[in-house]
Amino acid sequence: MDMVNIKINGVPVSAPKGSTILEAARIAGIEIPTLCFLKDINEIGACRICVVEVKGARSLVASCVYPINEGMEIFTNTPRVLESRKTTLKLILSNHDKKCLSCVRSGNCELQKLCRDLGVEDEEEFAGVRTEVEIDDSAAHMIRDNGKCILCRRCVAVCEKNQAVGVIGANERGFKTNIGTSFEIGLADTSCVSCGQCIAVCPTGALREKESIDDVFAAIADPTKTVLVQTAPAVRAALGEAFGMPIGTDVEGKMAAALRRLGFDKVFDTDFAADLTIMEEAHEFVDRVKNGGKLPLITSCSPGWVKYCEHYFPELTDNLSSCKSPMQMFGATAKTYYAQKMGIDPKDIVVVAVMPCTAKKFEIGRDDENAAGVADVDFAITTRELARMIDKAGIKFTQLPDEKFDEPLGLSTGAGVIFGATGGVMEAALRTAVETLTGEQLQSLDFTDVRGTEGIKEASYDVAGMTVKVAVASGLANAKALLKKVESGEADYHFIEIMGCPGGCVNGGGQPQQPGYIRNTVDIRGLRAKVLYDIDADMPIRKSHENPAIKEVYADFFGEPGSEKAHHILHTTYVKRGL
Amino acid sequence: MAKNIAIPFKGTAEQEALLRQVIAEHKSDKGALMPILQKAQEIYGYLPVEVQKIIATEMDISMEKIYGVVTFYSQFSLYPKGEYTISVCLGTACYVKGSGDIFDKLTEVLGIKGGETTPDGKFTLVDCRCIGACGLAPVLTVNDDVYGRLTTKDVEDIIAKYKG
Repeated sequence: MDMVNIKINGVPVSAPKGSTILEAARIAGIEIPTLCFLKDINEIGACRICVVEVKGARSLVASCVYPINEGMEIFTNTPRVLESRKTTLKLILSNHDKKCLSCVRSGNCELQKLCRDLGVEDEEEFAGVRTEVEIDDSAAHMIRDNGKCILCRRCVAVCEKNQAVGVIGANERGFKTNIGTSFEIGLADTSCVSCGQCIAVCPTGALREKESIDDVFAAIADPTKTVLVQTAPAVRAALGEAFGMPIGTDVEGKMAAALRRLGFDKVFDTDFAADLTIMEEAHEFVDRVKNGGKLPLITSCSPGWVKYCEHYFPELTDNLSSCKSPMQMFGATAKTYYAQKMGIDPKDIVVVAVMPCTAKKFEIGRDDENAAGVADVDFAITTRELARMIDKAGIKFTQLPDEKFDEPLGLSTGAGVIFGATGGVMEAALRTAVETLTGEQLQSLDFTDVRGTEGIKEASYDVAGMTVKVAVASGLANAKALLKKVESGEADYHFIEIMGCPGGCVNGGGQPQQPGYIRNTVDIRGLRAKVLYDIDADMPIRKSHENPAIKEVYADFFGEPGSEKAHHILHTTYVKRGL
Repeated sequence: MAKNIAIPFKGTAEQEALLRQVIAEHKSDKGALMPILQKAQEIYGYLPVEVQKIIATEMDISMEKIYGVVTFYSQFSLYPKGEYTISVCLGTACYVKGSGDIFDKLTEVLGIKGGETTPDGKFTLVDCRCIGACGLAPVLTVNDDVYGRLTTKDVEDIIAKYKG
């Protein structure tokens, strides 16, 4: 690799050619503060927080985009630099809604942290006219409050580049510049897919999920209700971050303990329903292959992906698996099978789902998601909301003992837990589908070709004399690229897994927010996915069809996978929405 | 919160054919959006949602991307020009004589904001800088007619004259 020699604050540094000043400084052990910068996604040098002095340059330069040259001398901490950064912050604050105490991001706001780190001593120094804003709360999953927007455009960049959606962008110019939609319609009326990636990257409280925390506390307090909670696989891989634990900490046991202490009547696991999904989806796949059904079969667990498909690829909705998502299957099973078993009226059961996802808030309100005549799932809260509930209740999360889920809807396998990472649904489905097709036990349960955080993965397997071609995509821009090939006939896969968020649910829009400088330097999704694969590796049972609770639910209630009863309760329909 | 654009779209099949031709000609050029929007505005006189939708679909870019560009440049308009353009001078002399209040009164009486056109297609309201009639400040023009030494009380009479 060609190296370039420079000096940073007088110290000689050697960095790869093509590095930016920001990257070179990191090699020298200096983290230059940034605000708008997101590596590979939003490299626009707009916010001017990362400015540094370069010897010989007339003005300060934005280190996030400025490449290094041989012999360059850079100063990152001069009074001129520090003063400039502080002035920039004060100017941002002059048009910022500074109700920090009641802000959902108080304590983990990137703007707040910079103001503290850089010593802003008067937030009102440039007080004056403020841009008028309207709050957009039209969507089921989120609230946009431009009063707290700092125009960094990270949300715009992820929406367009990672997700190929692009429903938000910068409108107007100068002082009137605002992030909004085309013709300023509410987000609910756009082709927004509710993925929440914009919320995950927002440095302030401008974008946030629509909370259901108070509703959940009210349900728990209502003595007439049986409140069941289910947790998605990816939640246990990230919840600890909200309590200062390192990225990649498995908190499954503490999470179960916390949920019990919050007062839920039963602490169940969406992983159980992931196993159920595999039973139905593997059956559907085998059925489509054997009986000439529509192929490729495409997974339907990710509601952001499903909505994207309905808007952008409406002609592919027949390829979507008719299986409800694991969350919905859980709710449907809880309010039919479990209600019957326990002798509870489904109307008195409240199902709360803890999800790494914001699109789940949209999904619970979809048509044909009410097997018992009432909504399958009553409230879907994000991992972040659960963390806030735990804080609100004064539960010392890190000091909790490790506890287990309740039975029977808390029993699951290694196949269920890997649903939270890109490739996991495919691998879990293959474990069951291959054994179903061949009638033999698999030698190895690890389908490593579909693991890893790359955006698009392909593999083919010889199964019972047939070559099964599969593909896995995460992030909707990757899904778009893959589906274009399917549409054109260039690709002839049999089975495709798509997750809306890059890296899958572990990197979902409802997960704890990590600041830009962490996102830029740490493989967050890889570390979180490792938690799930480690849990899988340690599980005594790693195939969905061997889960005893699943066997029981079929024996006692559903009959066979794909039975009429299973179809009525566990499957759903889609809408061709278009744009 | 949606932009309130109540003027019905009256585009013709000929205009649409012309627009599609323009898009086809420029589509593969780098930075094609600006020239296409300019031509589209020449064809229709403004850039309503119907026109932006055609451009978005044909160019495979998002509606928001187009809307962002259209609202960035003042040369683009989301509204058709009305039969009468009322232009209020907000230059220094007029402004200190109260033309800001007159502008506000017009928005109130017409029910539109600056840059917009009334739903009946009659009036477009804009502000302008000094038109060289400072002696008559505050001043407004309705197409080529000039009105000076105004107070907010005069606004309704002026509009009534053109409503006819």
